[in-house]
Amino acid sequence: MTIIDLIIIIPILAAVAIGCGGSARVLALAAAWANLLLGLVVFVTLVAKGGDEMHFKSSWVLLHSPELTLGFAVDGMSGVLVLLTVIVTFCAVRVSSGDLGKGSGKLYYISLLLIAAGALGAFCATDLFFFYAFHELALIPTFLMIGIYGNGREKVATAWKITIYLGVGSLILLGGLIALYVSLSPPGAPTFDIAKLAPSPGEHPLSAEVQKWIFLPLLVGFGILVSLFPFHSWAAPAYAAAPTPVAMLHAGVLKKFGLYGMLRVAMPLLPEGFEAWKGLLLVLLLGNILYVGLVTISQRYLDRMIGNSSVMHMGYIFLGIACCNSIGWGGAVLMMFAHGISIALLFALCGSLRERLDTLEISRLGGLGGSMPFLAVTFGFAAFASIGLPGFANFASEITIFFAAFKDAGEMGILQVATILALWGVVISAVYMLRAYRSIFQGELIGERYPADLAQSMRLPVVLMIVILLLTGFFPNIILKLLPNLFEVL
Amino acid sequence: MLPYYLEICVVVLGSLMLCMELFAGRRSRAKIAMVGVAGLGVIFALLMFAVCSPGEDLQYWGIYHFDKWAAFYKGLALISTLLVLVMAREFAPVFKHYTSQDEEKSGIGEFYCLPIFVCSGLMWMASAKDLVTIFVSLELVTMGFYVLVAFMRRNVGSLEAGVKYLILGALSTGFLVYGIAWTFGVSGTFNLEELSVVLAGDDIPSAPVMFAFALLIAGIGFKIAVVPFQIWVPDVYQGAAMPVTAYLSVASKAAGFIVFLRVVDPFLAAPSIREPAIYLMVFVTCATLIYGNLAAIAQKNIKRLLAYSSIAHAGFLLMALPALGAAGTIAGPGPESAISFYLAGYLLMTLLCFLVLTVVRVATNGEDLTALEGLGKRSPFLAFAMLVGVASLAGIPLTVGFFGKFFLFNIAIQNAMQNGLWIVVFLAVLGAATGFYYYFKIIRAMYWEGSVSEGEVTGLKVGRLAMLAIILLVVAVFFFGIFPAPLLGLTL
Repeated sequence: MTIIDLIIIIPILAAVAIGCGGSARVLALAAAWANLLLGLVVFVTLVAKGGDEMHFKSSWVLLHSPELTLGFAVDGMSGVLVLLTVIVTFCAVRVSSGDLGKGSGKLYYISLLLIAAGALGAFCATDLFFFYAFHELALIPTFLMIGIYGNGREKVATAWKITIYLGVGSLILLGGLIALYVSLSPPGAPTFDIAKLAPSPGEHPLSAEVQKWIFLPLLVGFGILVSLFPFHSWAAPAYAAAPTPVAMLHAGVLKKFGLYGMLRVAMPLLPEGFEAWKGLLLVLLLGNILYVGLVTISQRYLDRMIGNSSVMHMGYIFLGIACCNSIGWGGAVLMMFAHGISIALLFALCGSLRERLDTLEISRLGGLGGSMPFLAVTFGFAAFASIGLPGFANFASEITIFFAAFKDAGEMGILQVATILALWGVVISAVYMLRAYRSIFQGELIGERYPADLAQSMRLPVVLMIVILLLTGFFPNIILKLLPNLFEVL
Repeated sequence: MLPYYLEICVVVLGSLMLCMELFAGRRSRAKIAMVGVAGLGVIFALLMFAVCSPGEDLQYWGIYHFDKWAAFYKGLALISTLLVLVMAREFAPVFKHYTSQDEEKSGIGEFYCLPIFVCSGLMWMASAKDLVTIFVSLELVTMGFYVLVAFMRRNVGSLEAGVKYLILGALSTGFLVYGIAWTFGVSGTFNLEELSVVLAGDDIPSAPVMFAFALLIAGIGFKIAVVPFQIWVPDVYQGAAMPVTAYLSVASKAAGFIVFLRVVDPFLAAPSIREPAIYLMVFVTCATLIYGNLAAIAQKNIKRLLAYSSIAHAGFLLMALPALGAAGTIAGPGPESAISFYLAGYLLMTLLCFLVLTVVRVATNGEDLTALEGLGKRSPFLAFAMLVGVASLAGIPLTVGFFGKFFLFNIAIQNAMQNGLWIVVFLAVLGAATGFYYYFKIIRAMYWEGSVSEGEVTGLKVGRLAMLAIILLVVAVFFFGIFPAPLLGLTL
């Protein structure tokens, strides 16, 4: 049993222990701490050994035909996402309020731990089947969390929407993955092992036409899971309705599954399939950046605004993926990390605002900076990070992606045009974030109450996330240098 | 040991239980059920000894075959009957309410015996490779069910269900006999192996063969509840007693499917009618997928919901059929083993759901979704067990239901890539997505709905045996959902 197996199994065991009658919050915190430490160990090991190869391999063959292996391993890319997951999980468990009813508090923490375990399993699986299966593990916990503990009047409708939307997305994805493994397996030996499916460089067994049609369900399936325009409408309402830790985990971590799948499965295995749909993808991601960006500006509620901003930023990551070179993909992974942390931070702060205020309608708030200085300052950091101001990892990743689009570009192609249009997204981000910040925290205090500042228990996770964003912003190489290998496949 | 001793053992066990019932007087009948459970357990253990010759196909008198599938489906029949007896024992209070509080007059002892005789019919079906044998064994099963469905004689719903089942069952028998007659007329044989040889010939008139095929499908289609022969399902499932519904949806369907596979196989293998036969099957599959899934959405009664879900599952199972006869071109488990695996998984998850529902039914006297409200608070373990069963039915990964669906989708997609039958895949994806809705409705009822006040938070009473069965089934659903190999190995 390797350290990666431990990381995946600890949350599951903790969930089982809670179910069997253990103390929910204590066990969840213990699991989160353990995972955070183990995740750091994994990350440090990867830094020491380099991210080119798979480390901490483990595998149990479950079936021989088709070859099905319960196996886990990490390379640089999955290592970064594992780190992201353990950090966000830790913070999400920390910010969960402990005063839930006895019976239901159990369900709450069990769901949280299962969502985390599902994400970790999906990021580390070396087998296409379990890559898919672990992601689906989060479906029921999310449904229950939004339905039982959600906010707002629309929580029931929202819970159904996200469940069915993501259910359809994963089924389409499953169809694509089956077609993929059937077509790419070596003759007579069907296998789900991602490494064995990878075509040898230079000679791809499938024609461009076949690749094109297998790529489509993958793009649509992953696209739905990542809220690619026009499949994005589930995301913002769901994050607004979800309890804070679920919004943090879902927007911060789980959504990265689709992007990870693009980078791990779709792009390397079907390079020509991507070429066929590149134009379409560029149009769609501009839809994310520009259309959803404008939608974000027009939001009246803070939680919806943050949710939409998260949808918008997915466009940049897709842009990085579409660059098809190592700089762009490195930028995309860095942005997955940076966005994961910054959106979790925003949702954490938004959640504590929700606890203290009657409404999150931006125009009815004002002057809160006076009574909650700590929250105001940290929210400022989060907002700047989200806009992509220099010094934060978000800036480093965005700039990397924009540069990558122009690498080796002799003339203006569609990619370059799309990138120039996408640059306007930065302006859009600045507009809605700064407007919201000014309206909420500055100016005259609206209302008579002076809400309390951020609770002590929240401060550690919030500061932790800010420090990580700054650290990786000033030294993006910590992450980037783990990622060189992915891209030689093309 | 000769394999057909197993059926004899089951019949002897049933007769023994009937004798016990005869001499029990006014005493409790619960012991009879226990004898049945123990006896079936012993017979299941005997089956393990009979299996030990892999790859063999033993034949007796040309009408009784014993091969790996026969063994597999006999096992399914035994286990489901055993669990149904456990369920019936739990259900006894409701049962007495609708018959008589007096043990002797309630007839509950006979109620425990009947499934045993049905079980012998199911086991015989698994071994039948001859149209006459198929007919006789099928009727043995159906006769038993006529009585079982209508057993709660003071319940109008149960009586209505009994009448419906009787009339439509008789109709389907008519179709089946007519189909057998046409098949015999065309080919001159009842034996399925000889039939496939005859049908493979060139000088076979395709129109009468197709007619015979359609009639046979209609006859057997009633048993496995495929559209358009599903009309009886919702009412009968709703009206019958909970254990009978469970028995119908699991055992009757599994045995129906093995017969279906064996009957369809020679027709699909015949070159002259393979294509129209496949189109007929695809039509039936699509109709079943659409009808089962869409009709389930609006249901408020759990048994009715599970009835439609059972139709939908039949649709998923049928997806694999066009690949029959094209085995070898399919990566992964072939259609027969995928279907067998799915049915075994279906047994586990459906009986799990019905066991929990039986407990809930006895405690709350309700069969609507509202009866489940607050179960998450009242009995967290029961709610969890139901959650596992429902998640497995919906096909959530790491449960046995997902592997079942996965193998079937695997076959359907490869079929589509070879023959362009994408419509089936498309409808199956839609159907599975719809499934998320109506199965999650059950989850929602258990966890979100109903404000149970602190005083009411009392667990439901569960018998020890039923609790043990529930625990074992939960474990099995997870175990085979992560390690499918042991179960799949039996079907290969």
